[in-house]
Formats: sequence, C-alpha cells, structure tokens
Amino acid sequence: MALNAKIPEGPLKDKWQNYLAKTRIVNPANRKKLDVIVVGGGLSGGGAAASLAELGYNVKVFFFQDSARRSHSVAAQGGVNAAKNYKNDGDNVYRMFYDTIKGGDFRSREANVYRMAEVSANLIDHMVAQGVPFGREYGGYLSNRSFGGVLVSRTFYARGQTGQQLLLATYQAMMKQIKVGKLTQYNRHEILDIVIVDGKARGIIARNLNTGEIERHSAHALVFGTGGFGKIFYLSTLAMNSNGSANWRAHKKGAYFANPSWTQIHPTALPQSGEHQSKLTLMSESLRNDGRIWVPKNKDENRAPGDIPNDERDYYLERRYPAFGNLVPRDVASRAAKERIDAGHGVGPLKNAVYLDFKTAIEKLGEDTIKERYGNLFTMYEKITAINAYKEPMKISPAAHFSMGGLWVDYELQTTIPGLFAVGEANFADHGANRLGANSLLQASVDGNFILPNTISNYLADDIKTGKISTDTPEFEEAEKAVKDQVTKLLAIKGTMPVDQIHRRLGKIMFKEVAMSRNEKGMIWAIEEIKKLRKEFWENAAVPGNENGPNSELEKAGRLADYLEIAELMTVDALDRKESCGAHFREDYQTEDGEAMRDDENYMYSSAWEWQNGESWKLHKEPLEFTEVKPTVRSYK
Amino acid sequence: MKLTLKIWRQESAKTKGKLVTYKLSDLSSDTSFLEMLDVLNEELASKGEPAVEFDHDCREGICGQCSLVINGKAHGPEEHYTTCQTHLRSFSDGDTITIEPFRANSFPVIRDLKVDRGSMDRIIQAGGYISSFTGMAPEANTIPIHHDIAESAFDSAACIGCGACIATCKNSSAALFVSAKIGHLAKLPQGQIERTERALWMINAHDEEGFGNCSNTGACAMVCPQEVQLLDIARMNFEYNRAKCIS
Ligand SMILES: Cc1cc2nc3c(=O)[nH]c(=O)nc-3n(C[C@H](O)[C@H](O)[C@H](O)COP(=O)(O)OP(=O)(O)OC[C@H]3O[C@@H](n4cnc5c(N)ncnc54)[C@H](O)[C@@H]3O)c2cc1C
Ligand code: SF4
Ligand code: FES
Repeated sequence: MALNAKIPEGPLKDKWQNYLAKTRIVNPANRKKLDVIVVGGGLSGGGAAASLAELGYNVKVFFFQDSARRSHSVAAQGGVNAAKNYKNDGDNVYRMFYDTIKGGDFRSREANVYRMAEVSANLIDHMVAQGVPFGREYGGYLSNRSFGGVLVSRTFYARGQTGQQLLLATYQAMMKQIKVGKLTQYNRHEILDIVIVDGKARGIIARNLNTGEIERHSAHALVFGTGGFGKIFYLSTLAMNSNGSANWRAHKKGAYFANPSWTQIHPTALPQSGEHQSKLTLMSESLRNDGRIWVPKNKDENRAPGDIPNDERDYYLERRYPAFGNLVPRDVASRAAKERIDAGHGVGPLKNAVYLDFKTAIEKLGEDTIKERYGNLFTMYEKITAINAYKEPMKISPAAHFSMGGLWVDYELQTTIPGLFAVGEANFADHGANRLGANSLLQASVDGNFILPNTISNYLADDIKTGKISTDTPEFEEAEKAVKDQVTKLLAIKGTMPVDQIHRRLGKIMFKEVAMSRNEKGMIWAIEEIKKLRKEFWENAAVPGNENGPNSELEKAGRLADYLEIAELMTVDALDRKESCGAHFREDYQTEDGEAMRDDENYMYSSAWEWQNGESWKLHKEPLEFTEVKPTVRSYK
Repeated sequence: MKLTLKIWRQESAKTKGKLVTYKLSDLSSDTSFLEMLDVLNEELASKGEPAVEFDHDCREGICGQCSLVINGKAHGPEEHYTTCQTHLRSFSDGDTITIEPFRANSFPVIRDLKVDRGSMDRIIQAGGYISSFTGMAPEANTIPIHHDIAESAFDSAACIGCGACIATCKNSSAALFVSAKIGHLAKLPQGQIERTERALWMINAHDEEGFGNCSNTGACAMVCPQEVQLLDIARMNFEYNRAKCIS
C-alpha cells in the first residue's frame, strides 16, 4: 500500500483551518449510534476518551493500571510548551513550529508540527479551566520557564509535577463522563490483539488482569494512546509496565511502524547502581541551567570529587560546545557523556556516570536560591541515593526515555489500518529524530483533546447506518483463539530463566548497539544476539503460575515476547538509515570532529515498515517536504 | 544483607490468606524494597512457583500504584516515602520484615498484596472535577489567581491517590484523600461554581463506599507521601457544613 499522508491543501498556516472547514462531522443525534474504543488512559488516550464522550459517542477506555490516574504521563516533571507569548519575548506559532522542526533535525512532518504549535495555546486555556494549578507570578498571571535550549520562555509548569497535574485534570474529565454514562472504563485490562473485519479495525481482544479472562470488545473505530516503548531497554525512565505490545500486535495486523529506532536517551537520569536495579529515575533537565557537568581527567582517579582540583577536571560540554555549554540538546549531551564514560572517565562504583556539580552555582547564588529552584529534585535525589547534593555533586547518566518512532499515522492520525487511530507517544509524526523538552505532554494532550475528535468524525461519518458490530463472528473467534494460544504457549515453556533476566540481557544489547551511537558492525552483531535471545526465551523462559487470575510473570513474558521482535525491527531500521540525524547517530556517518552528518539528498524521508509474516519487513518511504523552512545543519558549537 | 520476609499470600478476596516466610541473602542496601521483591519473584519463577503479586508502576513515587504495609506501617518505615522509594538501607542485616497489603473494608484483596481501590475512583466520579468540556475554556490569563492560592491549591492537588491514609487510619476513613480533592478545587476560582454540590456528592460517596468517619487522630498525614495537610480535613468539614447550610 502506498503511503498517503493526506496533508490538506493551502499554505501551512491555513491547513488545519482548511481541514476543519471541509471535514465531515457526525450529526449529534447520530453520535450515540457510534462506539469508539480507546486504549490508554494517559494524556492522549484519556483526553480522547473524555472529549469523544463529551461529543456524545459511546466510549470504552482500557488501560492496565488500576486507575487511569496512574498512566505514565503522571511522571513528567518539567513542563508543557505553548506559544502564548506571555513573556513578550517574540514567541509565536511560527517560532515554536520552527524550533520543533529544527530540534527534530528536519525529520518530522511539517504540517503536523505546525498544527501542534497552532493549537498549543488552547491547551493551556483548557487545562487552567479544568483546575490545573500552574505556577503563577505574584500578580496572579501564569508563569513560564525556558526549557531545552530554545531562546524564548514558553514552558508552563506545575512545580516539578506538571505531567501529574495535567493527567489528573484529564482523569477528572473522564470520571465526569463515567458518571454521566457516556464512558465506561476497563481498568487492569491489557490489549493483546485487534480484530479486523472487512479491512477495518473493529475490535480488540483484551485480557482481564484480575481474572485472566480473555474478552472481546467491538467498536466502529479504535484509538491507541498506548504510550512509548522505551522500556525495551529494561533500564529506562519509563514505568515498569509500560510496553509496546498493543502497537506491535496492530503492526502485525497491518499497521506500519515508523522510525522505530529513534529513541531519545535522556542525559540526566540516575545511574545504575547494581544488577537488580529496575528503573532509572529522571532528574529534570532544568538542573543543567545551574549544574556543571564534568569528569576527572585522570582515568584512575579515586579521590572524592571535592578533592579533585579544578585543573584536573574535564568540563567536556563547555570544552566541546562553547556556545551552548551545559545546555546543549539532549541527544548531544547524552552522546558526549557516553563518549567520556566509554573512554574510561566514568565516575561512581560502576564507572558509569558523570558529575553534575552545583558548587559554582551555590557559591555564586547561595544555597537558598538553589534550594528554591530545585529543592524537590535534591530531596528526590537524596531519597534514592542517600547523598546530599548541596555538599557533593550528583552522579548522572544517560537513560532511555522517549520513543520518537511509533505507529505511522497520516494527518488525520489514522494508521495504515482503516479505523485504527494513534495518538500521543504511540504515533510518530511530530518530533522527528529528536524531541524537544516539554513538547510531548503538549503533543499527547492536543492529539487527544483537539485533533483526534475532529478527524475521527470524517471516518465515523461512514458508519452511521452500520449498526452495532457483533463480536460473534469468525474474525473475533480467530483473534481470540490466537491470543489464548499464545498464553498457553508461554505457560508451556516451563523453563528456568526468569523473564526479567532475559529482558535485562535484551536491554544490554540494545543499549550497547542501538542507542546513543550506532555502527554497522555492532548492529549486525545485535541482530544475531536478539535472534539467539528470542530462541532462548521460547525454550527456557520461566513463566510460572496459570492463566486464571493475576499473573504478573505471564504479563511480563507476553510483553517481552513482543520486545524481542520489536528489537529486531529497531535494529533493521537503524541499519538502513545510513546517515546521522538527531538521536540517530551513526559512527560511520560523522564529521572529523565527531558531529552528526545528515544526508538530506538520500534520507529526507520517514521510514514506515510493513510486517511481512515474520520473514522480514518492507520499507515504505514518506518523503518529507519542507515548504516553509530550509533544512540547515544543526550546530551547537 | 540477609533478610527474612513474612509475606501475606491470599489467592483471592473469597479465600483466606496467611503469612508465608521467605529468606533472601546477598542483598545490597542500595536495592529498593520493590527490587527486593523482584529478586524473590525471580527465585520463585526459576523454581516454577507463582510470583508474589504486588502493585507498582512508576517506581518513583508519583503514580500511587505501590501499596504495601511494611512492618505494620503503610509505605514502610520512612515518613512521607512511598513503598517504591523505600530502600533496604532503612533496614538492618538479619531483620525479619512483615509485608501485608493495604487493608480496609473498601479495598478488597485481588491477590496477595494487590488490592482493589476502585472505591477511590468512584469518589472522584461523584464530583471531583470541574465540568468544563473541551473547547469551552476562556483565555487562560483572564482570571488571575494569587500566587499563594495557586501554590496552596497545588499542595492539595499533589495527592497521588495511593490510599496510604486509608490503610493507616483506624477507622479506614478516606478523609485526607477526599479533602485533598475538595481543597484543591475549592481554592481555585474555576472550582467555585460546583463547590457546593461537589462537597455534598463526594462526602456522600465516601460514606456509601463504606469508608469510616474521621476522628482526627492525624495518623494519615504522618504517612502521606505528598504531605497533604490535616488542615485540608478541617476545610472539608467547613465546605460540607457550608454546603448543608446553603443547599
Ligand atoms: C520520567 C518522564 C518525564 C517526562 N517529562 C516530560 C516533560 O517534562 N515534558 C514533556 O512534554 N514530556 C515529558 N515526558 C514525556 C511525556 O510524559 C510522555 O510522552 C507522554 O505523557 C505520553 O502520554 P501518552 O498518553 O501518549 O502515554 P502514557 O501516559 O504513557 O499512557 C499510556 C496508556 O496506555 C495504556 N496501555 C499501554 N499499553 C496497553 C495495553 N497493551 N493494553 C492496555 N492499555 C495499555 C496504559 O495503561 C496507559 O494508560 C516525560 C516522560 C517520562 C518517562
Ligand atoms: S492524601 Fe496522601 S496518603 Fe492519602 S491518597 Fe493522597 S497521597 Fe496517598
Ligand atoms: S510505583 Fe508509582 S508511586 Fe510507587
């Protein structure tokens, strides 16, 4: 199938309004005849579920946590961007659009990015009306901070818990719709497959995680707001149960997967401290505004950081990037840290971290100012490490954080399966090869609240006369059987290798070869290792217990089975792209001084991969056309 | 470190549970409490035995999904920590640790250490929202809010909905949780229109779900990981009385 991004006619700034003026909408009286299934209760899925229910559709929302309020959007700390220009510092929709396109290293779809910037201001209005207690100035007006290396202050924040506050507002809007009977929630449910009837997505197969029952649910359209799959690296900033399974099962039914290998590795997470570590907690990147990053010049350094004199320290970001210094974008900062750690200059017991030092800032501004700015982060750091960072530098390390890649969607956020839509981190279009800080809470929220409800109607308009979709059909039967067979197969392995141990090994392979820095030889090796591990999984994974009732090991095994396939596609994708762009850094395509070498002539496209019955993948290219901007070299020197 | 764990095992709400003893050795004090349970589950899995079921997700103290009573204390020994933020350095080599689920009549056990906290969702459904639909909102800066009021609303809004306050309370009251939401919305101008109904509806839902009455012992605020203040309960009582008077 050829890709059609369905970008509306007209100049960039008019596209969305042109689309809205012409798209079909469903008569309010007919909406109650239409059912929509939303998978995901985070900002994107939850926003879609609440907004669609408000419009009058019958909505079912599914998620695996016990309450939608726990979806991983809750963990976002820093803030959410919007082009309000409250600071009078020259911000506007175009500037925000441009920053995002440039930040994504000219690998995102222009029309989608412009639309995200265009509706950003509405989101802040919406969230304030819902009761989000954003930070305020003493005059009572909304406050902004600057974020992620842009020149204006457009980030709105609610202390260090912005994601939590946005999510709670979204959750509360959902709870209201449950009360009035337009929305039904299915908590502790995991989606294990989608059902296609006559070429259209018409339902899902879900496992009730409390009872183990396999359930069928039908609808006229499906919306996936299933989040990112960075947990594939095992150690990441994602929640333990975040997964790629729903998207992967949809991929195997015909949804193309775009740019799967583009993963943002965040430079300021806590380092791994031991073999059993399960999670790398993020420390907000705002810390880089006042912290200086360094490593000892001497590889065999064993003095305490405070005892190492200044001239024996290497402030490598300040050295390599004098213009931006410690504030270079995330991909650049992560890569530079990896380079120093790999060269043997890492610090900490596992020599896997770098110092983030506040001494200079404390001397200059006083401890009180630093406390006021970052107090909650210093407390969090101390809770986890028992180290007082006012006295001693923090130890930080790069960690897998965000999936820029995801299900391919067109301008209407529809995947290549008619009737299956994808919103939020689960889709791919807006962030290109590198996401700017505070743009993804925005993207998830506007996809769900403002964009999808206006595009899905164009699809649903054809279904007014369809009537209820029956679940009593051969298509549902077959999909349910496949899911049950997989559960049986997992439980029958009866091996001795715990699932988490296999997952850790997969994570190590991926972090070594398909993360911050990639090369052909390493990736060819990685594909072989992934295949071996997959074989070992199916022969020797320990999946105890049974299918009747809660079984967390079975849940993890199902997710890992999918990760072991996703990992291969990620590597195939990274191998195929013989250029460096954004987070995708190929060692074999770099300049003499170690900077990324983009190849616009040959790679100005998004890669959308089609599943070919497990044999291989077929590449479809969506050419990227830039009408308003001229791709330039992204330099932070 | 070596530890002896006495863990509550219970097949379902309908069956009886009991404490089962497990021993673990070679643990590092930097390991988190939940990572210790991961280690135990890996040992059980490699022997083909079913895992100890427990709830968790973000493992950084913000989602509110983790929910253990450790040595009789909701979320463990450290004040204002979540279970997932607790590390083994808070215990000593050779300790025996008892691990139980959050207990309350309104929290039926699902299995082992997992409980059903749907009752908390239903309290929010009763009125813990502002009925502003997508698309309705005025420009955000039209209504200025005093910096200190916004900050105070945040203090209440910070609640992660974990239920530790309830598990700790001798009356199994959800007063702190409910008051946090009532307080958050009552403090903001946007929350005024529905203020009266919200207080009545949420408190009625609290009682209907079988949560007990608050007798102001303050045990809840001691364990609350977000340090929600008892003052919110006082405000809730005020809101309720006010609503009763004018409705
Ligand atoms: C630690 C951290 C900090 C961050 N900080 C920021 C920040 O400051 N600013 C910013 O803009 N962005 C930030 N981000 C990124 C941003 O938070 C996310 O990209 C965004 O919240 C994703 O929202 P979502 O709705 O797409 O997915 P999520 O919120 O992850 O929701 C996914 C939903 O899908 C459900 N789900 C998934 N799979 C299944 C399945 N198989 N079956 C059933 N349900 C399923 C889950 O239950 C969940 O409800 C941060 C991310 C992390 C991890
Ligand atoms: S008030 Fe505190 S203890 Fe109670 S649910 Fe909220 S965060 Fe948890
Ligand atoms: S696991 Fe999220 S708060 Fe503990």
